[in-house]
Amino acid sequence: MDNLETNFYCKNETVKVVRKVSFDVHEKETFGLIGESGCGKSATLLSILRLIKDPGRVAGGSVVYKGINLLELSEKEMNKYRGSEIGMIFQEPMTALNPVLTIGEQICDAFKDEKLTKSEKEEKAINLLKIVGIPSEKQRLSEYPHQFSGGMRQRAMIASVLASEPKMLLADEPTTALDVTIQDQIIKLINNLKKKFNMSVILVTHDLGVVAEMCDRVAVMYAGKIMEIADVLTLFGEPRHPYTIGLSQSIPRKIRSGKLHPIEGSLPDLANMPEGCPFEPRCRYKEKICKEELPELIEIKKGHFSRCHFIEKLKNEKGIIEL
Amino acid sequence: MSREELNSRKEIPIFKRSINLNIGILLVLIIMLPVIFPHFIATHNPTAVSFQDMLKAPSGEHFFGTDNYGRDIFSRVIWATRIDMTIGVLATIVPFIVGSLLGLLAGYYGKWVDNILMRILDIFMAFPFIVLVIAIVAILGPGIKNLYIAIWVVGWKYYARLVRSEVLVIKNSEFIQAAKVLGYTDARILFRHILPNVLSSSIVFAASDVVMCMITAASLSFLGLGVQPPTPEWGAIIAEGKAFISSAWWITVFPGMFFVIAGTGVSLIGDGLSDILRTKGR
Amino acid sequence: MSMLNYLLKRIIQIIPVLIIVSILIFFMIRLIPGDPALIRLGDKATPQMVENLRREMGLDKPIIVQYVIFMKNLLKLDLGDSLHYHVPIVDLLKKRMVVTLFLTAVTFIFSVVISFPLGFLSGIKENKIQDQIVRTAALIALSMPQFWVGLILMILFAVSINLFPVGGWGETWAQHLRAIILPAFTQSLMTAALLTRNLRNSVVDILKMDYVNFARSKGLDNKIVKSRYIIKNAMIFYITLISMRVAYMLGGSIIIETVFSLPGVGSLMISSIYTRDYAVIQGIVLIFALLVMSINILTDLAYTYLDPRVRLE
Repeated sequence: MDNLETNFYCKNETVKVVRKVSFDVHEKETFGLIGESGCGKSATLLSILRLIKDPGRVAGGSVVYKGINLLELSEKEMNKYRGSEIGMIFQEPMTALNPVLTIGEQICDAFKDEKLTKSEKEEKAINLLKIVGIPSEKQRLSEYPHQFSGGMRQRAMIASVLASEPKMLLADEPTTALDVTIQDQIIKLINNLKKKFNMSVILVTHDLGVVAEMCDRVAVMYAGKIMEIADVLTLFGEPRHPYTIGLSQSIPRKIRSGKLHPIEGSLPDLANMPEGCPFEPRCRYKEKICKEELPELIEIKKGHFSRCHFIEKLKNEKGIIEL
Repeated sequence: MSREELNSRKEIPIFKRSINLNIGILLVLIIMLPVIFPHFIATHNPTAVSFQDMLKAPSGEHFFGTDNYGRDIFSRVIWATRIDMTIGVLATIVPFIVGSLLGLLAGYYGKWVDNILMRILDIFMAFPFIVLVIAIVAILGPGIKNLYIAIWVVGWKYYARLVRSEVLVIKNSEFIQAAKVLGYTDARILFRHILPNVLSSSIVFAASDVVMCMITAASLSFLGLGVQPPTPEWGAIIAEGKAFISSAWWITVFPGMFFVIAGTGVSLIGDGLSDILRTKGR
Repeated sequence: MSMLNYLLKRIIQIIPVLIIVSILIFFMIRLIPGDPALIRLGDKATPQMVENLRREMGLDKPIIVQYVIFMKNLLKLDLGDSLHYHVPIVDLLKKRMVVTLFLTAVTFIFSVVISFPLGFLSGIKENKIQDQIVRTAALIALSMPQFWVGLILMILFAVSINLFPVGGWGETWAQHLRAIILPAFTQSLMTAALLTRNLRNSVVDILKMDYVNFARSKGLDNKIVKSRYIIKNAMIFYITLISMRVAYMLGGSIIIETVFSLPGVGSLMISSIYTRDYAVIQGIVLIFALLVMSINILTDLAYTYLDPRVRLE
């Protein structure tokens, strides 16, 4: 995507949620998008599928998928891409599943091939439930979402997304709402599915642990803008942005005996963004120029980008891991 | 992000918050003029009979025409405003207070208190509102006083139900548990903590209830069971007009228009209140 | 627990309420001031005639006995005779019920036909101009007393142009249909307004739900999303509300039938109040109570059927 802009318009102000975000995702890779809650990561995903609704709107930029700019398609054409090319997993499975339809019905709804008969659809649905690891598939098919446990609901949701055989999966905080033990299972499940179906994944999360287990490359988002992009090892080992560094140093770890450094301050008001770097108020390395001028995203070495005026200064800061 | 969330980001003063509320208040204020100053607005004596002026069409002298006794409809409607608005408010207040209180206690204390209330509610719920009101008026006899009694006896059921279910929801919330742990007395918890939170839906309902009571009173007067002649009341005037519907349409049409204005004003206030209370509280 | 079990359970729960209701009605009627026999016979009656009539009406027996007789008759489906019409009340009610039920049914149809598309449209275009118009119209409709609306419609469509009759029931079914249109439409306005508002709010809430977005993200056809995801969820409260409103329509029939001179149960109640035909009033209130309680049970059943979360307890 290139310079994607998504805004929310309300009575008195315009909230710029996604502000000129650009990144590329390669085939068969898992691309992570991390940041604090409210920094615009979910909105980015929804913008890709053009699911942003009133009072929000995608205001600019382009999203190019297999050579076609999705933002320029008509609604009808776009719908063909949804599901069969790009699918999305939501954060909270209980609210993402329709409470008045059975799981079977919701999976069968997603089958794109109209020529399938009812029993063929049911067979395929049972198969999908098996793949995602839900036991007693036949019985589960006619049950309702509220009869499933949290982890199983997440699996059922994933099954219904797989029904249309997408090539790219957008995962919006798939593990956040789950217990820690279930989180692990879902992470493994997504990794397996990715391999099995040759999908690429854009994973949105605020959990660095999940990033470590799933992602190939990562982008760090703050206040609607990308702050740093790197492959996962580099991001954890040689972070080159104050925010990323701050994140690394705020993780409590038994091994490192250093002190905990939480990042002070809180997110800026997205309706009234200052001229300069959005992270400036909370940054430990800030200087006068940071308030006045927004830094550009600069390529430090191949595939590693950072948006900061003082990239050189940060060379010696430690990351999460020792490279 | 929804529009509500975005709207509550800033502290917008009450008057700007809901346009419905503002229009509603405006309409009600307009209606209050005839309530407070009927003498100044009415052109004639509402009960003055005049046989020369029977069934005259609306004109410069008689804005709304005259009825079959020669009485000026405009003045009658103006004077009736006071009666109808008063009925609307008074008929609502008593059920509001009594019903809410009963619902509060039943919901909070539960067990046998709640059981009794629910059985009683079941019995009242077995009748449509109007049927019971009419039945009570049939027993007690027509007239304003009995009208009030009938509406009071029947009207509390809605508030009791509403408040009770809200109390049940809040009863188990954490801050009430906290208050109990802190050792607050029941009375304090009930009135300072629970009540303010459960009242909002009652208040919104009360606004529509005022309209409902006005309609009920007017309907009963229309049927001859409510306000008795010669007291002017919108419903009663309309009833008088029914006999002359083909010859003197004005008797029927104008009182109703006042009704619609007043009713719309009150409903808008109710709507506006529900807008505000929704974005503020929950 | 299956539907049937639930139904039986509810019916059993209702019985004590029914009994108390019948006691209430019985005593309420007895509370009406004045001696019914005296009022019936008028001024010219001699004490002896009054006494005879009282014995005939069974008013000389103690109250408890009167109640027992009342209940016994009730179970035989005998409500007594109308003082005014001199026929068994049950027969009277049967004839009148047809009219009232017909009125209620057509009102129901009108209400749904008006509110369903409007409510849906209004919900989808939240806060846009269509929504504002519909909401304003609904609000104004709720502030209009039914009898006045009926009269206005009468003036417009029956008096000035003879599209519909100025009241009355007519002889043939074709005339019945023509006669019922204005009254049913009048009565439907308030219910339609409430239903529209309810459906609109449901749709607005549902559209904000994740499952709608999720369904769209799967690329589901818009028609499917509308019907199975939006409407199916909205129906839960919509249908519940309609059922509740039917009870209200029965009460409203009292007024509408009087305005349009329809020979239904409602207008019978009013005329009986004037003629002091207490037995009839008693019968009508009983019937209403029975109908409303049945409707309440049906409403509960419908709700449990429609919402799977409640269904399987």
